[in-house]
Amino acid sequence: MSRLESVFTRLRAAGERALMPYFTAGDPSLELTRRLVIEAARRGADVVELGVPFSDPIADGPVIQRASGRALANGASLRRVLETVTELRREIDTPLVLMTYYNPILAFGLEAFAETATKVGVDGVIVPDLPPEEAGPFAAEAEPAGLDLIYLVAPTSTTARMRMIARRTRGFVYVVSLTGVTGERQELPKDLADQIRKLRAVTTKPLCVGFGVGRPEQAATVGALADGVIVGSAIVRLVEERAASPTLVRDVGDFIAALKEPLRTKR
Amino acid sequence: MKVTLPDARGHFGRFGGRFVPETLMAPLDELEAAYRSARRDRTWEARFRELLRSYAGRPTPLYFAARLTEHAGGARIFLKREDLCHTGAHKINNVLGQGLLAARMGKTRIIAETGAGQHGVATATAAALLGLECEVYMGAEDVERQKPNVFRMKLLGARVTPVQSGSRTLKDAVNEALRDWVTNIRTTYYCLGSAMGPHPYPMMVRDFHTVIGKEARAQARRLIGRLPDAVVACVGGGSNAIGLFHAFIGDRRVRLVGVEPGGHGLASGKHGASVSGGAVGVLHGTMSYLLQNDDGQVTEAHSISAGLDYPGVGPEHAYYYDAGRFEFEAITDEEALEGFQALTRLEGLMPALESAHAIAYAMRVAKTLPKSKAIVVGLSGRGDKDVHVVAKGLGIPIE
Repeated sequence: MSRLESVFTRLRAAGERALMPYFTAGDPSLELTRRLVIEAARRGADVVELGVPFSDPIADGPVIQRASGRALANGASLRRVLETVTELRREIDTPLVLMTYYNPILAFGLEAFAETATKVGVDGVIVPDLPPEEAGPFAAEAEPAGLDLIYLVAPTSTTARMRMIARRTRGFVYVVSLTGVTGERQELPKDLADQIRKLRAVTTKPLCVGFGVGRPEQAATVGALADGVIVGSAIVRLVEERAASPTLVRDVGDFIAALKEPLRTKR
Repeated sequence: MKVTLPDARGHFGRFGGRFVPETLMAPLDELEAAYRSARRDRTWEARFRELLRSYAGRPTPLYFAARLTEHAGGARIFLKREDLCHTGAHKINNVLGQGLLAARMGKTRIIAETGAGQHGVATATAAALLGLECEVYMGAEDVERQKPNVFRMKLLGARVTPVQSGSRTLKDAVNEALRDWVTNIRTTYYCLGSAMGPHPYPMMVRDFHTVIGKEARAQARRLIGRLPDAVVACVGGGSNAIGLFHAFIGDRRVRLVGVEPGGHGLASGKHGASVSGGAVGVLHGTMSYLLQNDDGQVTEAHSISAGLDYPGVGPEHAYYYDAGRFEFEAITDEEALEGFQALTRLEGLMPALESAHAIAYAMRVAKTLPKSKAIVVGLSGRGDKDVHVVAKGLGIPIE
């Protein structure tokens, strides 16, 4: 059983939901990203998503776009993010998932990336611009290496696509809650419950919802429906606001604890 | 060579495809189905043909440039006059096709990206013609550089949204248009301006422009009495080039040469020559050659011509380059300015700076060939829009 699978098995048995915070690696620096991830793991993150900055993040809203720009200006790259994972693995065993666009992986080399990522302790990879139809060559390297390739479903996915994606994904299904880019929203989409119900009808794999979830009460609502909650832009924005503050790490930790609270077992 | 590309998944060999967020996958399937159905619909097809004729001004002539030929001192140079099209460039062919498709799909809003503003103006034109709401994304840097075109789009009723992210040029305008499309997918049609992006765009945009090459091939037979020895066109994303080349792909003795923007020269690193100076990668939904660093980050293109200022190239060009069918050459900013001046002075034709790259290359290669040879050059657009840039390039201050 992969590290990701065992997390969801354990949480399901306990009636608990997963919290999956996202950090843009290298914002404000790789060293602070390392400290933020350790703090997140300590304060209730069940899986941590590390965003690899890319020059053209078409699936991301303004907050993560800005963070990616800062991270790139600070010299972050896929190679250096993998080095950060190496360091993190000396301190935490929380599952780590990389979110990266496809081109940096292509430039690294599919085989070299699958091998290196697995070796340093990356558990899974989310590639927002790599739908299953195009993922054959990468999956052929990732799967034998034991690297989970996690696919996304969207509100526009047909039932046939939902079924195909749920079958191919490893670890969990990344449920994009809305038609749009990453970023906080005032309201959760009205048809989210409907989307989750349709997915439950085609798969028993864990469902984790991302895009547009940014507040503890939203996390609570999503937690009542899905197996996990992914929070990105709200955390990245907090990092942006407090980047220079001596309390950055603690403030982010407090926020993560608040997001996790409604997802814990109630009894 | 029988032309049956792309394959069912939108691949041109190892290039092309559909590298987009899941949200766009089903809508791209719908778009492809709608496109295929439109092309089988005789009424739709007849309306498209009629608009190309009576609205865009097709067919455009093939013109023998006698004085330019004499000046170059070798092979005869013929110009395919896309500069005579309505809105001043070949771009109108594509937007009329896509505009009619958007209307047929029941979309009420059309969005586009633009660099120099030519595709934006063309899209705004089609939107005005068809009564569609129109929003054009344009890099903030380009908005500054191309004020007259911004105003033209506004006059046509379009909203122009400056893009402040990234390098604030064409590449970022495409990013923002894609983000808009992901958000407003149910009501909005994305009118992509070049033969690039995710499948079916490279196929669709090519098909809407193949009329250029079909006309040119028949005209060359009449005018020259045979097929030309070479066909030359400038390549940014590559829409006018694929449109002009496509009819000649099976004619193995006709050289097909794409001319990329060499900027300050390939060695300087400041250029937009994705094929000559890039590497295979994925950008904006397609696999092709692109300008990037060792980490797979896309780098900025540099060209005096805003329309060629793009770090990628359409996947079909990448395919035919690898297959050895298309050749690619680079022309620097300086050479393009020389081409611009030569055509203006010798023929009274002011080419777009994009097209001036093809003119400059044609002059260079004509010199090396005997008078018995013939070259067809794509004069993809007219140059009125570029006079400010040319003045600056030549160091001549104008108001």
